[in-house]
Amino acid sequence: MNTRCAACKYLRRRCPSDCIFSPYFPPHDPQRFASIHRIYGASNVARMLQQLPVNQRAATVDCLYYEAQCRVQDPVCGCVGVISLLYQEIHNAETKLAKTKAQIALFVDSNSAREDFEVESDLNVLLHEEGNEFAHLGPSNQVSFGFT
Amino acid sequence: MRGTSPCASCKLLRRRCAKGCIFAPYFPSDDPQKFAIVHKVFGASNVSKMLQELPIHQRADAVSSLVYEANARVRDPVYGCVGAISYLENQVSQLQMQLAVAQAEILCIQMQQEAATPTPLDQDDKSLILSSSNFNINSPHPQYLINFAASSTNLIQDPLKRESL
Repeated sequence: MNTRCAACKYLRRRCPSDCIFSPYFPPHDPQRFASIHRIYGASNVARMLQQLPVNQRAATVDCLYYEAQCRVQDPVCGCVGVISLLYQEIHNAETKLAKTKAQIALFVDSNSAREDFEVESDLNVLLHEEGNEFAHLGPSNQVSFGFT
Repeated sequence: MRGTSPCASCKLLRRRCAKGCIFAPYFPSDDPQKFAIVHKVFGASNVSKMLQELPIHQRADAVSSLVYEANARVRDPVYGCVGAISYLENQVSQLQMQLAVAQAEILCIQMQQEAATPTPLDQDDKSLILSSSNFNINSPHPQYLINFAASSTNLIQDPLKRESL
């Protein structure tokens, strides 16, 4: 018993043994072919599949189905609407990333400036303490550090 | 004047370009390639049906998107626009990961700064740091291909150029 594929059922024709549609449009999913047929037409799809090696046809039909569904849901933009949204998301993410990196740079700069200041302050304190330690010595014994 | 020259569609289809030709406003005769590519992928009758089902003010946008999709399909006969969508989704994921890493870095820096100061953090300060860093590791982004099961795994490809959308 030869069960017709969804495409041949839809087109109301006999489903031959070498039907180009049958591997990709099983009879239990009539909606799949109906969507694709509505947007692309059976002859266009058949021609597209014929121009491709067999091992690429399944992926092609999946993609055609996805695009056809997008077009059915959004008759104006189709899947281009999705692409447009993705470009917008990329732009937003890039902007956020640039801002965040700038914040990090600011933090790093202010940290290194503060560390330099702290190092110098610590050194001055140390010199002052050591100066006091040797204060009892005469001028000829005082160590000059060259700092003021 | 349009009356003197058939539109690109009627030229290609070799028919008389009627006064109310549905294609004429969108397929001028000086750009035959535009209709040729749409016809190749979708077929003239399908395009005509699609345009007829839309209000007039939306038809120009519909034609633009059909041309875009047709170009994508001609460039990539297997994946068409889906290849571009897959690539762009991947880019979005990578950017969001980089953003999460950068935000975590800010949080660490802020916490280190707070740890360096003698004043201990109270709960309000901690909340302020967390809220100001906008740290959100679970920020979702819509995945347009999440229910899409292509037969081939090699979906991520070089995208289309950023043509005018």
